[in-house]
Amino acid sequence: MTTVVERSAMPQEREPNPAMTSADRPIGFGRVQRKEDPRFIRGKGRYLDDIVLPGMLYGAVLRSPMAHARIVSIDTTEALAHPKVHAVITGKDLEALNLAWAPTLSADVMAILATDKVRFQGQEVAFVVADDRYSARDALELIDVEYEELPPVIDARRALDPGAPVIRDDLEGRTDNHIFDWEAGDAAETDAVFARADVVVRQEVVYPRVHPAPMETCGAVADYDPIDGKLTLYETTQAPHAHRTLYAMVAGIPEHKIRIIAGDIGGGFGNKVGIYPGYVCAVVGSIVTGKPVKWVEDRSENLMSTSFARDYIMQGEVAATREGKILAVRTKVLADHGAFNATAQPTKYPAGFFSIFTGSYDLEAAHCSVTGVYTNKAPGGVAYACSFRVTEAVYLVERMVDILADELDMDPAELRLKNFIRPEQFPYANKTGWEYDSGDYEPAMRMAMDQVGYADLRREQAEKRERGELMGIGVSFFTETVGAGPRKHMDIVGLGMNDGAEVRVHPTGKAVVRLSVQTQGQGHETTFAQIVAEELGIPPEDIDVVHGDTDQTPFGLGTYGSRSTPVSGGAVALAARKVRDKARAVAAAMLETRPEDLEWEKGRFYVKGDPSVGKTIQEIALGTHGTVALPDGIDGNLDAEVTYDPPNLTFPFGAYICVVDVDPGTGKVKVRRFVAVDDCGTRINPMIVEGQIHGGLADGVGMALMEFIGFDEQGNCLGGSFMDYLIPTSMEVPDWETGYTVTPSPHHPIGAKGIGESATVGSPPAVVNAVIDALAPFGVTHMDMPCTPARVWEAMQGRPTPPI
Amino acid sequence: MQITTTVNGTEVTRDVEPRLLLVHFLRDTLGLTGTHWGCDTSNCGTCVVLMDGEPVKSCTVLAAMTEGHEVRTVEGLAAGGTLDPVQQGFMEEHGLQCGFCTPGMMLTARALLDRDPDPDETEIREAISGQICRCTGYATIVRSIRWAAEHPAATAADQEVNA
Repeated sequence: MTTVVERSAMPQEREPNPAMTSADRPIGFGRVQRKEDPRFIRGKGRYLDDIVLPGMLYGAVLRSPMAHARIVSIDTTEALAHPKVHAVITGKDLEALNLAWAPTLSADVMAILATDKVRFQGQEVAFVVADDRYSARDALELIDVEYEELPPVIDARRALDPGAPVIRDDLEGRTDNHIFDWEAGDAAETDAVFARADVVVRQEVVYPRVHPAPMETCGAVADYDPIDGKLTLYETTQAPHAHRTLYAMVAGIPEHKIRIIAGDIGGGFGNKVGIYPGYVCAVVGSIVTGKPVKWVEDRSENLMSTSFARDYIMQGEVAATREGKILAVRTKVLADHGAFNATAQPTKYPAGFFSIFTGSYDLEAAHCSVTGVYTNKAPGGVAYACSFRVTEAVYLVERMVDILADELDMDPAELRLKNFIRPEQFPYANKTGWEYDSGDYEPAMRMAMDQVGYADLRREQAEKRERGELMGIGVSFFTETVGAGPRKHMDIVGLGMNDGAEVRVHPTGKAVVRLSVQTQGQGHETTFAQIVAEELGIPPEDIDVVHGDTDQTPFGLGTYGSRSTPVSGGAVALAARKVRDKARAVAAAMLETRPEDLEWEKGRFYVKGDPSVGKTIQEIALGTHGTVALPDGIDGNLDAEVTYDPPNLTFPFGAYICVVDVDPGTGKVKVRRFVAVDDCGTRINPMIVEGQIHGGLADGVGMALMEFIGFDEQGNCLGGSFMDYLIPTSMEVPDWETGYTVTPSPHHPIGAKGIGESATVGSPPAVVNAVIDALAPFGVTHMDMPCTPARVWEAMQGRPTPPI
Repeated sequence: MQITTTVNGTEVTRDVEPRLLLVHFLRDTLGLTGTHWGCDTSNCGTCVVLMDGEPVKSCTVLAAMTEGHEVRTVEGLAAGGTLDPVQQGFMEEHGLQCGFCTPGMMLTARALLDRDPDPDETEIREAISGQICRCTGYATIVRSIRWAAEHPAATAADQEVNA
């Protein structure tokens, strides 16, 4: 395999900005300003809560105050008597419509409104529809629910204890809280390697429950037209087409009578993949009242009830030689899935792509097993930019490699360099069934070390330790598996993970590209226009990108798991190439020559040997729609449509180094520097790529140091507002230092691998490794996230980390 | 109750519930949806607008409290069709992704630059520290505000290209 590798240690955002005039603007890949920005900077975004329809009513959800309780009775009389209330809907009402329960994305069912029991604090119990949002909230206070409290299961470690309360007694024959067991790799082979290894290190590593918390909470506006039976549903969704199909399956509304519209989405990060009860309630509310119904959750509802992330308790083990050759990795994982198994992931992968926990290393064996359990906590489980559990996998292996380095008394960067998969080993079949498409790890690692000044930092650290100052240097190196996925292996609720895309070229040579994926800030309107521009030579400003409306776009599974560029990007590039093939045939007719006698330069076909004779794509478009005698097989347009089935996933990678200072008096961690060298293959718009990385790095610092959805023994959520669930501000994060290498994916049409989640995946271990490195003088070899001042302080005292 | 307030230079008089929050007055009563809502607890700053030139979190200001005061929202940033340098800076330096926190960030930036036309990185970070952005990791927001400081009057040519 030939790999084109390009490298730059220069931060991309410092490149000169070529986007000031149309003439200088790159037609294709390169840094251009975003097409979506002019509306956003004027406050003219079109977010869900900005939608106002004639006669629109407002919904609000009554939620359970308890984690586990039987519903004895619900009295809605007073609420219904409120002069501004139009409807109050309970689980009983939904039961009559066969809508009280709905399938989840993971072969389970979840309650839309509770009928028998509530199973987590914040669960949906009733829905009020009123004239305005204030009245709807007022009416919630007038609903009287009598609960009989039940003992909750909060600690996942206790979920499988004999005699543990059975959470899901709604499921026929259910006698425990076990959901699934899943494994990958060869257990016997791995055990054999462990048995003969010089060195084995073990550590329980907890990736605590966190929440994506996009700035815009989730919401919907349902507008059911009883005349033609059509439901128009405006939603904060990352996956409009998948939602349409699911609503058709769940609600029994024919699929052609459902139109999902996702306008501008104020951040998603996985939080807006699933269908939430509030959406379904808005639909029922609209059907019941005959008017459009808007429902927007508040921040506490968002944090307490919508898709959480992580919550993996991992027993990590690494086997190695005394010289530092890593031989095998092994882990047993306990996965807390909350009250309903509602994680969004490919059917055959109940633990997502966690089996990529072999990391970036050439191993002899690997084995993982994951057990999923129910607890009395909010459902969800795959969210927060995790690439289908790659985040947990990378965190585990990168934490374990540091623990091994400590055991062997080796430098953690050197230990990684010693064990990387070598460039000539790609495509690389790892021991859990993945085929890594391409990679060249050492240059990325060396670049990060050079950029941060690794040797100098280690010297500085040694000097500071002499003085009792706590400075830590944390290294991580990650390999992701993204771009799901090949339909032979991957589906979500039976829908193959392929994406459609459509390119139309208008007679004047302007174009429109229609996408199934849904931007939540990633800049799709710009990036996908640039892909078409690169393929056809039409300037990006002449290309309109249509997305987020299922009536106007081809089917596809949506934006999550860093799949937009790997999957839809492939679809768009191939559709544009079909356009180009048609244009070649028409150009040949126009130039009275044979198609094979034409050469393509960006935006123009010309006659081989005579570059002055040619036709631009714009001239060809006009000719196709005009009176040119068309060759056989060309039917009067240049348009093309492709549904792309990726042959494999893509494997972005990166080297991250974090430098922290810890206040020995308070335990407070300050992230001083963060160097991130990423390789996502071809970089379409370097500005947008860098932006994606920056955001993920901040996420990583947040999870490592601050973010935590905790619960008390009664199951009260302790992270239910932004006063309790702490997110980094400008004061907690440094000015990011970035670099990049380019190792294109050999199987992707444009060599792109996806960048949306790389930094969220790669940065938490770098930060935690840095904190633990700083605490080495105290003998600390591990602590769990978040590394809050209190927990760091406890670690310094040699005490176990407290829950919060 | 009836309130009279000045929003983006125009005096408006409306009957409102006493409990009506400023963010809902702007969005629902006046239709100025550029001001967003994000948390209810004054933590996220998505709802920041300027009241008499100072940033306030409009989710914790009652509409009634603006009686006799001047409120400026993102819709009032561009004067006579000319973008504020802050708006220009956010486009130039990729200071936004999903765009949800952007209006609040830009208004805080405007208030900062009105007070201190040449803030350094630390001052900028402090100024926006009451606001959360989940997309950008803040570095490009800081650069955007620096861009605005360095280009106090956006040129006509810039306006034409980016309008």
